[in-house]
Amino acid sequence: MSASAPVISAKNVWKLFGPSPESYLKSLPAGRSFDEIRADGYIAGVKDVSIEVARGEMLVIMGLSGSGKSTLVRCFSRLHDITGGTIEVDGQDIMSLTERELIELRRNKMGMVFQSFGLLPHRTVLDNVAFPLEMRGQDRYDRRERALEVIKLVGLEGREEYFPRELSGGQQQRVGIARSLAIEPDIWFLDEPFSALDPLIRREMQDEFLRLQEMLGKTIVFITHDFDEALRLADRIAIMRNGAVEQCDTPDQIVMNPATEYVAKFTEDVDKARVVHAKGLAKPVNGHALEGAPINGGSTIHELARVLVNDERILLPVANDKGVVTGVLERDTALNVLLGAE
Amino acid sequence: MATLSTDISDTRDGPWGQTKVLTALLVTAFALILAKAIGILPEWLNRIPEAAIPPTAQVLDAIFNFIQNDLGLIYVTRFIAEGPLEFLLDTSANLLEGKRRWPYLGPIPWSAIAAVAAVVGYAVGGWRLAALGAGTFIWTAAIGQWKIAMQTMSVIVVAAPLAFLLGLVLGIAAWKYGWFERLLKPILSVLQTLPFFTYLLPAVIFFKVGPTAGAVATITFAIPPMILMTTLGLKKVSPEVIEAGQMSGCTRWQMLRHVYVPAARTEVLVGVNQVIMLCLAMVVLTAFIGMPGLGAKLLAMMGSFKLGRSFEIGVTIVLLAVTLDRMSKAWVVKQPVHFERGTPWWKRHQISLVALGLFVGFTLLAQVFPILAEVGRKQHLSQGKEIDVAIKSFLAIDAIKGTTEWLRWFLNVKVLIPFRNTLLAIPTPAFILLVVSFAYWVGGRKPGIYAAIFFTIVAFSGWWDRSVITLYTVISAVALATMIGIPLGVVAARSNRWSKSILLACDTAQTFPSFIYLIPAIMLFGVNDVAVVFSILIFAAVPLIRYTIIGLSNVPPEMTEAADMSGSTRRQKLMSVQFPLALPTMAVGFNQAIMFAFFMVIIAAFIGTQDLGQELQRTLAGTELGKNFVLGLNVSLMALTFDMAISSWAEKRKRALGLD
Repeated sequence: MSASAPVISAKNVWKLFGPSPESYLKSLPAGRSFDEIRADGYIAGVKDVSIEVARGEMLVIMGLSGSGKSTLVRCFSRLHDITGGTIEVDGQDIMSLTERELIELRRNKMGMVFQSFGLLPHRTVLDNVAFPLEMRGQDRYDRRERALEVIKLVGLEGREEYFPRELSGGQQQRVGIARSLAIEPDIWFLDEPFSALDPLIRREMQDEFLRLQEMLGKTIVFITHDFDEALRLADRIAIMRNGAVEQCDTPDQIVMNPATEYVAKFTEDVDKARVVHAKGLAKPVNGHALEGAPINGGSTIHELARVLVNDERILLPVANDKGVVTGVLERDTALNVLLGAE
Repeated sequence: MATLSTDISDTRDGPWGQTKVLTALLVTAFALILAKAIGILPEWLNRIPEAAIPPTAQVLDAIFNFIQNDLGLIYVTRFIAEGPLEFLLDTSANLLEGKRRWPYLGPIPWSAIAAVAAVVGYAVGGWRLAALGAGTFIWTAAIGQWKIAMQTMSVIVVAAPLAFLLGLVLGIAAWKYGWFERLLKPILSVLQTLPFFTYLLPAVIFFKVGPTAGAVATITFAIPPMILMTTLGLKKVSPEVIEAGQMSGCTRWQMLRHVYVPAARTEVLVGVNQVIMLCLAMVVLTAFIGMPGLGAKLLAMMGSFKLGRSFEIGVTIVLLAVTLDRMSKAWVVKQPVHFERGTPWWKRHQISLVALGLFVGFTLLAQVFPILAEVGRKQHLSQGKEIDVAIKSFLAIDAIKGTTEWLRWFLNVKVLIPFRNTLLAIPTPAFILLVVSFAYWVGGRKPGIYAAIFFTIVAFSGWWDRSVITLYTVISAVALATMIGIPLGVVAARSNRWSKSILLACDTAQTFPSFIYLIPAIMLFGVNDVAVVFSILIFAAVPLIRYTIIGLSNVPPEMTEAADMSGSTRRQKLMSVQFPLALPTMAVGFNQAIMFAFFMVIIAAFIGTQDLGQELQRTLAGTELGKNFVLGLNVSLMALTFDMAISSWAEKRKRALGLD
């Protein structure tokens, strides 16, 4: 398996809810819409989704409630058995796993964080965090040591002996995060982890999460219904509606080129200059004559505002973080984005 | 109510609309009654002729005999009874009351038990429960009832844990396997309405007379709510907690052991509370099969009209009930609290250590001061005779005597007997039709059909007249209870303080073993029909008051506020806002009142009735298992008919009002 092989690869995945989904899916004509399927008495939780998650990537799945995003992530972890298609994790078809193999996979490779935390009410913070370790039979000292380590990582030192109900919402979710990290998973699922928290705490937890991610570099599937949160965190965003993926792309592309009207509705009110990066807007060099100092491709247009206004060049060279010029930015285009006039 | 039930009736009835069916049923019923009145009804339509009644009891007897002797079930049950169960009961009896059996350690001094009860009370609910726990046991010892109370307790401490374990296992199985739950559900609803006498006889036959039979009957009686609570709790575990367990890589067993059962803690503990209370209620009633203990003593005292001693035993039973109930309920709401890191071992287990210390301390002290071990015959503080004299002279006061005697005369001559005679005069088919139309009108089609089936079975059981008398007692008592209970509930619901204290009183009253309710009835009215109705009445009024208050105070405040702002008077608000919204809840109370009445009417056989209960009580003396079963099933079927009709109405209504 090469390093560039996707960690999760889903092909034509279907998840139907109803009386006998398998046989219904077999008889299903192509192109039947969500509403038509519903009229037949079935709910298409996931509708013909193909998506890949690369190693170390953070894929954010965004959608409103009922769009199937939580169902999709539960298919990835096989909390739901899919009705059709294939899902491979590290090249292994997870639907072919036996119960024992599935348990082993979860014990060693996957971690998951839940919207309403899913903490065990009768266990202390320490015992909750150590729970997955206990389940795989690690001895008491080992798991205590590891649990204390992750508790420290999420900043809950000194609360090890508390019970979940003695903690605030934000603290409870830290426990949930610590628990999901205890086994050092390769793949990290987060199902609307911050949606149950109030806005200020949510912001704080997002920062905390970015810090953790920078440190750990895990492959992440993150679910949210909050478009701003998606833009803030994602390497790529998949926007879902009625069980299907409407568009899956980088935040820059989604904001600049929404694929459908539905996606466009989300991007309408977004301040594009704060989302779009110079490299996202840049065009290939293609023999343009470039002069002067390049600008940093990793900066947003908003961050470059002063340069864009004062610089008089028509074309600005764009460099990656190693200083190599990778493209060229038309100053006019960038100014249009900045001023919100497309 | 008519409009209420029609507007939610099933619209798919088609040409057979509800009104049409009802009219047809009622017209037929009244035609039959009329025919009888003018003397043209053939006798076979009035009562089912003897010849047509199948020998159900004999057939059942044959079946039981086959299972018991030919299949050898009796050897299995007798083995259990004489083996492990008797061993457990002997052990607990030795420890608590000093029966001469292994381990030959007992009896434990009463002071040591009272001390431990105080510590347990403190641990679960602070000083008040500590005082309650200690107080109950000190009272029991001081009044000279320690030994009989411990005879009762020794069965409870064995029966309750066993009922808990069996209920938990069956509950888990019912939750895990859908088919098992579907199989279990109807059995459970029959079990819950089956009169307790029906539990007693099979227990005696299969598990021999004495504590073992008592324990078996008690366990069987206490299991159903434990099963239901377990299943309910497991179903309620939040999906995210389950998924968290799965994602942690739990095996199935780990899921059950570490995720499901602990997460269902509250419901499981509520089940424990119910198991304990039912065990107490049942153990007292095992007096009817000659089990020694508080119940037997109470039965004997009431039988010889010793009101003072009956009263004292009643207080002991009530105290025990309240203590057990409060402590187990406090345990339900008690949540774990963390200790700071580095708390020493002895401090973490402080409470257990104190309990152990006190236990050992008092046990040793009791060696030096015998009064701490046992309160002797001459030392106790019982005032039985004095209370007896006081109660009897109070009842002999002219005003009191006049009132009770007038009430007795009025109810008997003007209300109860005419009502009974009317019911008995109705031809059997007409009676069934009337019940069916009631069930259909209230509950809809399904309860109507079941009512028809159930009452036809009752009619063919050969005990029709006795069943009608049972029903008459239940209806009269519940009607009177409604007249008293609902106004009382309405008045109480007006003020927060009142409704709180009345609710508390009701909750407490509900924990009393039903037997207790016979005491005031006999005191006031002596041994007759009125006393029977009166004891059922107070027993059945409790849930009525309780649910009236709950229903009225759970009406959403924005609705009463809307009524206030529309300028409605108190009366208008009550009639057009609060009552309609509270009715489904009140119906639950009404339903419970009927179930309680069916339960109590059987116990009232002790006072002397002519209904199914009396016959049931007679079967206890013999081995007529078949007859016992038929009688019990009759009670159960009648109770189930009402239960289905009323709960189906309450559910539909709740859904229609969006109150779920």
